[in-house]
Amino acid sequence: MALMRVSSPHAHGRYSTGMVMRQVLLATVPGVFVLTLFFGFGTLVNVLWACLVGLACESVALLLRGRSLAFYLKDCSALVTCVLLGIALPPYAPWWLIAVGVAASILMAKQLYGGLGYNPFNPAMVGYVVLLISFPVQMTAWTPPRGLGEVPGLWEALQACFLPARYDAVTMATPLDVLRQNQGLLLEDLWAQTPQFGRWAGIGWEWVNLAFLAGGLWLLYRRIFTWHAPVAMLASLALMAALFYDGGSSSSGGSPLFHLLSGATMFGAFFIITDPVSSAVSVRGRLVFGALIGVLVYLIRVWGNYPDAVAFAVLIANFAAPFIDHYTQPRVYGHGKSGGTG
Amino acid sequence: MRRVYGFHGGIHPAENKHQSLGSKIQQAGIPQQLILPLSQHIGAPARPVVAVGDRVLKGQMIAEPVGHVSVPLHAPSSGHISAIEERPIPHPSGFPAPCIVIDCDGEDAWAPLQGVANYRDCEATELLELIRSAGIAGMGGAGFPTAVKLAGKSGQSVKTLIINGTECEPYITADDILMRERADDIVAGIAILQHILQPQETLLGVEDNKPEAIAALQAAAAGSAIEVVTFPTKYPSGGEKQLIEILTGLQVPSGGLPGDLGIVCQNVGTAVAVRDAICHGRPLISRITTVTGNAVDHPQNFEVLLGTPMQYLLDLAGLHPERCERLVMGGPMMGFTVTTAEAPVVKTTNCILAPTPEELPPPPPAQPCIRCGLCAEACPASLLPQQLFWFAQGKEFEKLEQHNLFDCIECGACSWVCPSHIPLVQYYRASKADILQQRREHAKSEQARLRFEARQARLAQEEEEREAKRAARKAAAEKRAALAEQGGEEDPIQAAIERAKAKKAAQQAGDGTAATPVKASPEVALRQKLAKSEQRLAQSIAAGEDAKIVSALEATVQRLKDKLAEAEAAATESGTD
Repeated sequence: MALMRVSSPHAHGRYSTGMVMRQVLLATVPGVFVLTLFFGFGTLVNVLWACLVGLACESVALLLRGRSLAFYLKDCSALVTCVLLGIALPPYAPWWLIAVGVAASILMAKQLYGGLGYNPFNPAMVGYVVLLISFPVQMTAWTPPRGLGEVPGLWEALQACFLPARYDAVTMATPLDVLRQNQGLLLEDLWAQTPQFGRWAGIGWEWVNLAFLAGGLWLLYRRIFTWHAPVAMLASLALMAALFYDGGSSSSGGSPLFHLLSGATMFGAFFIITDPVSSAVSVRGRLVFGALIGVLVYLIRVWGNYPDAVAFAVLIANFAAPFIDHYTQPRVYGHGKSGGTG
Repeated sequence: MRRVYGFHGGIHPAENKHQSLGSKIQQAGIPQQLILPLSQHIGAPARPVVAVGDRVLKGQMIAEPVGHVSVPLHAPSSGHISAIEERPIPHPSGFPAPCIVIDCDGEDAWAPLQGVANYRDCEATELLELIRSAGIAGMGGAGFPTAVKLAGKSGQSVKTLIINGTECEPYITADDILMRERADDIVAGIAILQHILQPQETLLGVEDNKPEAIAALQAAAAGSAIEVVTFPTKYPSGGEKQLIEILTGLQVPSGGLPGDLGIVCQNVGTAVAVRDAICHGRPLISRITTVTGNAVDHPQNFEVLLGTPMQYLLDLAGLHPERCERLVMGGPMMGFTVTTAEAPVVKTTNCILAPTPEELPPPPPAQPCIRCGLCAEACPASLLPQQLFWFAQGKEFEKLEQHNLFDCIECGACSWVCPSHIPLVQYYRASKADILQQRREHAKSEQARLRFEARQARLAQEEEEREAKRAARKAAAEKRAALAEQGGEEDPIQAAIERAKAKKAAQQAGDGTAATPVKASPEVALRQKLAKSEQRLAQSIAAGEDAKIVSALEATVQRLKDKLAEAEAAATESGTD
C-alpha cells in the first residue's frame, strides 16, 4: 500500500475557475439575445468573431510562453474577455476593428502582464478604450434600434463585418448622445421631440439593461460574485443622477432611472466591474471600488466627451484598486475588539 | 434559550458522518505489539523509566514527564518492553521518533489502581496533580497537557467553562458516539472540572447535526449546572476560538489565550479521561477512534489501546489496501497524511480516514489565483487569503505579518472553496515556518550585536580612563614645573643633570649585588639593595660565619646607607618623585 503525502485539506468544494467562467458566459445570454432582438445580428457576429480571434491570440501567447494549451484554455477566461468585448463594441463593426480590440485585450492587457490573474486592468475594457481612442468614428456608429429603423438581417451583418467596404450601415445617435448634446431644451421637451427615448430610458436600451440585470442577478444567486461592487456602483450612479437632476431643466444630467437603464450601466455593473482580478478584494474595498466607478461613470457621461463612460471609469478604478485594498483590510479575528458582541 | 452568536465565514463540506455511526463503540482488543511514542502531547517528550526486557503491568507508568509542560506515559496493557527505539509515528513531518515498544502477553494484568473516594474533599492542586500523573493531554486533537491548561495563569479566575462537543470536521464521530453512549461519564468528568475551576457557568457546545448526542447529554445533565447549548452546523465551529465566539460573542485577543477572557475550553473526551483518572485512578491508556472512509468495509468507532498500530484497526474495519491511496489521521479538513499504517494510535488520534481516490481525489494542478474572494468569504479569522497567497509567493514576510498571517488557524476553508485549487494552507504553513526561522535568526544576530556593542563600549571606556589618567599626569607635571619655576630655587637643567648623576650612581651601586635593571627610581632600588644586604649580614652573623665576610658585609651596608641618604637628598631637592 503506497501512501501519498498530501497537505490538508483533503476535501475540496465544488467550485472551479472554468466553471465560474462558463457561468459568466451563460449569464450573458439574455443580454445578447435582447441586443440581437433590437439591433439585429451585429452583436452576435461581433461576439463569435471576437472569440475566434481571441482563442487564436491566447493560443499563440501561451505557445510563446511555453505553457500548456489544454490546461490554460480550459479555464475559459479568454472566451469571457472576448464575449464581453464583442458585446461592448457597436454592432456591424468591421472585422479588423474587432481583431485589433481583441489583440489589445488578450495580448497586451492580459498575456503581457502574465496571463490570467496577473492583469491589473480589465482586459476587455483595455481593448475597448484602445479602439475608442484610435477609431472614434467606427466606435460611435450605433445603428437605430428596431422600431426606429430597419434592422439588418444575418447576411447583412456578416457582410458588414467581413466586407465592410460593401456595406454602409445607417447610424443614429444613442439616447446618451442626445442628452449630452441637448442645447437648452427641458428634459420633458427633449423626450417628446426625440424618437430615441422610450418609456424609462432609450428604446431598446432599457430592455438590454434589464436583460443584463437579469443575468447579473442569476450570477449573484449562483454566488459567482458578491453584491457589494454592483450595488455600490448602481447606488452611487443613481445618487449622482438624483443630485444633478435639477428638476429636469435644460442643464439636467438625466434622471436616475435613465442612467441606470442607459448604455452599458447594467452590463458594466454585473459583468465588467465584477471581474475579480482587477477589482478590490475585501468587502469594504469592493463597496468603495463600485461607488467610485458609479461616480466616474456619471461624471464622464455628463461632463465628459465620450458616448459612454463605463470603460474609462473601470480602468481608472483599476488603477485605484491596490490603494483601496491597502486601506480597507477587514478587522481580523481577535484584533481591536475585546468583550464586544459578535 | 441561550443566545448563540455567529462567526465570520465558514463552509459546509459534506459531513459523511453517518457511515461510522451505524454501530456502537467496539472494543479493538489487544494487539501483539504496542508502540508508544514518547511525545504524544505538546511540550517536552516524556523520559522512559523502564528498560528493555522489563515486565510492565497495565496502567504502570513507563515514562515520566520532563518539566512543567509534559505528561507521563503508561503501559496500555501488560507485557514486556521489547525495544526503546525510533519508530514511524503519526506526525505531519513523517519523521520517526523515539517510542517504547511493548510485546503484549495478552493477560492484560492491571497494576494496582487507586481512585479518589470523594473528589469534593480534595484541593484543586491535588486533583491537578492526579490529572497530570494520569498522562491526560487534550483529546480533541491538539494534545496540550490538560493539567497545565486547567491551572491557567495565576491570578486568572475562570468565568466560563466551555466543553467542546462540536466535532465539526467531516467524517469524525468519536466525540459524537462518546456523547451518545457515555453522556453520564462526560457529565461526571465535567463536575470534577467544575470543582477544580469553580466557574460561574458551564456551557457544553454541540452542533445541531447531532440530535442523539444532544438528547443524551440533556438527559444526563438534567439538574446539574451544565447548560447544553446547540448551534447551527458550520465548519469550523469546533475550533476553540470559533466556539468561544459562538457561545459568548467574545473574541480571544490575537496572540492571547482564552484564559485572558476568563474562559477554559475542554473536549468531551478529555472530560471522560479526567473522570477515569480521578474516580478510578485509571491513567489515559485508551481512547475512542473513528475508522472510516470508503476503503474500509465497516466504518465504525473503536475503543482502542494507545499504541495500537493503525494497520491493526484498519484490518478490524475491513480495509481494502488496493482502494486506499492515502491514509489520514484526523479529518479531511485538518488531518494529515501518514505514510505507513505501522504508525500507532496516539492520544490525539480521533480518526483514521482511509478514503478511496474517488472519494477524496488527489489535488488537481493549481490554476492562477483570480482573486475571486471566495476564500475571504470563507475565512473564519476574517483574513484576506488571496492577499496572503500573493505575499507568500513573493516571500514578503513583512506584508504577511501586516496582514496577520499568524491569526490563521489553518482550518483549510480557503483551500476548500478555492476554484483554482490552490493549496493555500500549505503556502501559509511554509511562510509561518520561514518567518519563525527568520525570527530565530534575527534573535541570534540581535544577541551577537548586543555582545559586540557591549565589548565596544567596554574598550572605549577603558581607553577613556587611560586618556584621563594621562591627562591628569600631564597636568600634574605641568603644575609642578610651574611651581618649580615660581620657586626659582634651582635651574631645571641642573636638576635634570643631578637626577642623571644619581641614576648612574645607583646603577653602579647595584652592579655587585644584582643584575636586574633598575626600573624604579634610584632611592627605591637602593632601599631594596640595602634591605637585602642587611638581611645577608644578619644571616651571616647568626650562622657564625668568618669575621672577614661579616665585616665586608657591614661595609657594604654602610656604603649603601650613605648612597641612599645622598640620593634621597637629591630627590627632595630636584622635586621629582
